[in-house]
Amino acid sequence: MQIDKNQLLRFTTAGSVDDGKSTLIGRLLYDSKSIFEDQLSAVEKTSQQKGIEGVDLALFTDGLKDEREQGITIDVAYRYFTTPKRKFIIADTPGHIEYTRNMVTGASTANAAVILIDARHGVIEQTKRHAYIASLLQIPHILVCINKMDLVDHSEEVYNDIVTQFEQFSSKLYIKDVRYIPISALNGDNVVNRSENMNWFKGSPLLYELETLHISSDINKIDARFPVQTVLRPQRDEFRDYRGYAGRIASGIYRVGDEVVVLPSGFTSKIKSINAGEKSVDEAFAPMSISMTLEDDIDVSRGDMILRKNNQPEAIQEFDVMLCWLNNKSAQPRAKYTIMHTSNEQKAMIKEVVYKLDINTYQRINEDKDLHMNDICRVKIRTTRPLMIDAYKNNRTTGSLVLIDENTKETVAAGMII
Amino acid sequence: MNQYYLNYLDELESEAIYILREVWAQFQNPVIMFSGGKDSILVTHLAKKAFYPSKIPFALLHVDTGHNFPEALQFRDDLVKKLGVKLIVGSVQKSIDEGRVAEEKGKNATRNALQITTLLDAIEEHKIDCAIGGGRRDEEKARAKERFFSHRDDFGQWDPKNQRPELWNLLNGKHFEGEHFRAFPISNWTEMDVWNYLKRENIEIPSLYLAHDREVVWRSDTWIPNSEFLKLEPNEKVVTKRIRFRTLGDITITGGIESEADTLEKIVEEVSTMRQTERGNRSDDKRSETAMEDRKKEGYF
Repeated sequence: MQIDKNQLLRFTTAGSVDDGKSTLIGRLLYDSKSIFEDQLSAVEKTSQQKGIEGVDLALFTDGLKDEREQGITIDVAYRYFTTPKRKFIIADTPGHIEYTRNMVTGASTANAAVILIDARHGVIEQTKRHAYIASLLQIPHILVCINKMDLVDHSEEVYNDIVTQFEQFSSKLYIKDVRYIPISALNGDNVVNRSENMNWFKGSPLLYELETLHISSDINKIDARFPVQTVLRPQRDEFRDYRGYAGRIASGIYRVGDEVVVLPSGFTSKIKSINAGEKSVDEAFAPMSISMTLEDDIDVSRGDMILRKNNQPEAIQEFDVMLCWLNNKSAQPRAKYTIMHTSNEQKAMIKEVVYKLDINTYQRINEDKDLHMNDICRVKIRTTRPLMIDAYKNNRTTGSLVLIDENTKETVAAGMII
Repeated sequence: MNQYYLNYLDELESEAIYILREVWAQFQNPVIMFSGGKDSILVTHLAKKAFYPSKIPFALLHVDTGHNFPEALQFRDDLVKKLGVKLIVGSVQKSIDEGRVAEEKGKNATRNALQITTLLDAIEEHKIDCAIGGGRRDEEKARAKERFFSHRDDFGQWDPKNQRPELWNLLNGKHFEGEHFRAFPISNWTEMDVWNYLKRENIEIPSLYLAHDREVVWRSDTWIPNSEFLKLEPNEKVVTKRIRFRTLGDITITGGIESEADTLEKIVEEVSTMRQTERGNRSDDKRSETAMEDRKKEGYF
């Protein structure tokens, strides 16, 4: 295996048990031989107890005790599988409206989203919700799987109808890359192996798409953004006066010798050295974790950003954000929160709720402006000091933030900067 | 590097280093929970990279069940010396002697669950506000739902239904006095990833992971090592086999597999064709379907 070139792809699957989501994930794990024998025999045993013939694939994704008892998924569960081409991380999220927060969580780091549609029912409210969240979180690739094709006689017409339905409503959304695949997760058609029941389909099976999606250009390599996490000051003679600025490059490429500016101070300098672990390197790019030293002895600390002079984010105190409320405790008007944005923390206030969004119809709601769990809304935020921000559509790291309630210390909202 | 993308091991490494640095930045007194197993060795190795050229800024916390593989203890002491870090040992034997916990009885008695009390006592005594662990989400279904930063209340308990949402890479480590966090930098690694990385970086691991001759007893479908703690049943016989261990835990419950893999290369090859999960040889997980989930809620690793 030439594993040294293999990439990591994170994808999210949203849907309910009825869509066959668990069966699909079970199928991917099973057909890619990621299931171990002891797991298989446990599932075979449970399948038998339930009176199911053969193996119930959905049982491979069975979760915690409460979830098994109630037959639901409460939280985001992460699953892993590897093929000779890639390593995959699945963020498996429940699809009901009360779990919008989990879908948003799973979507936040995903390269791709798999949206399941039951071929018998076509596009339903839930489909629209999933597509909206995928577009809100700017997941670069959407794979729409029209499942249970075996129950509609593998009909090309049914498939085409659903594709048309999806295209119609999703034209209102910002989705860069969408592909459609007719599948039967239960029988394995077009999941890992090409279906013999649907020769009319000229596209590729789901796993092939996941293995070949072009993801290296999804990370912004143009705008160099380096938020400083911590400063390394080794107390050792051979590293006297050493100050390494450690962090994970959010976007762009940095090279030794680059002229840089540190915000918010505005001091300028040149990159003297870059370290990736113990190795000294000439250049580094997102999403590498590195440390760098500068030619000049200037004051840099956690929360600062090291940037190129001619390409800087906005440093502002008031901006608009699409917010997803994640907490049982509703937002109080003009309440104060702590914002976490890259490695920076500031006090902030929700100045105004501009509108709330009905994520099933995409209609704006102007009359009701209270923010409850799972609500998505556009707000104006004011911070006590400037934040160095980019629009989320240009940068998923410097364009995202969370709000923390200082009274409970909990993460109460996720925001995407407009 | 002219293609500007990371392979999956580099990406996992970068993510883990980011998390370790976040721990350092957000907490006052973090430690690495060090068992001597490959996962905690990996975390320690990643911490070395994250803070180079500084020393690892975390102490290592070892919860010592008293039922150790001697090789694992030796390995721990050598590593601590080499890295120049502080070692904190929480002793389960001491917890038993002080009457804080009671020893289990019977043939399958283990000190596994007793570790919880010792761990939580050590956390309180040393005012530890974040304990970094080598837990991975692929190990077990309760661990599949674990966050990078996992909140524990002032009784050290985990509430899986009320976890903080974790979006992008924004990790919220805020907590009240008396509460603490567990941090899991290698959450997204699988067993195979760990072995591939150990091999790539040529990281030293205890010899127990490599095939060697050892006295063992066949019990609960696995080879349990002979030790002073093992009580033989009438029908059991001590034999010498060429074996290696896939995980390292309490010597009384950690089963080995027959293997000829005596180098990292051979282990990687063997693991890639392995058809049993690594915890399949751990009797602590076989007790019930929710064994791990129940222990985790109480404050287990």
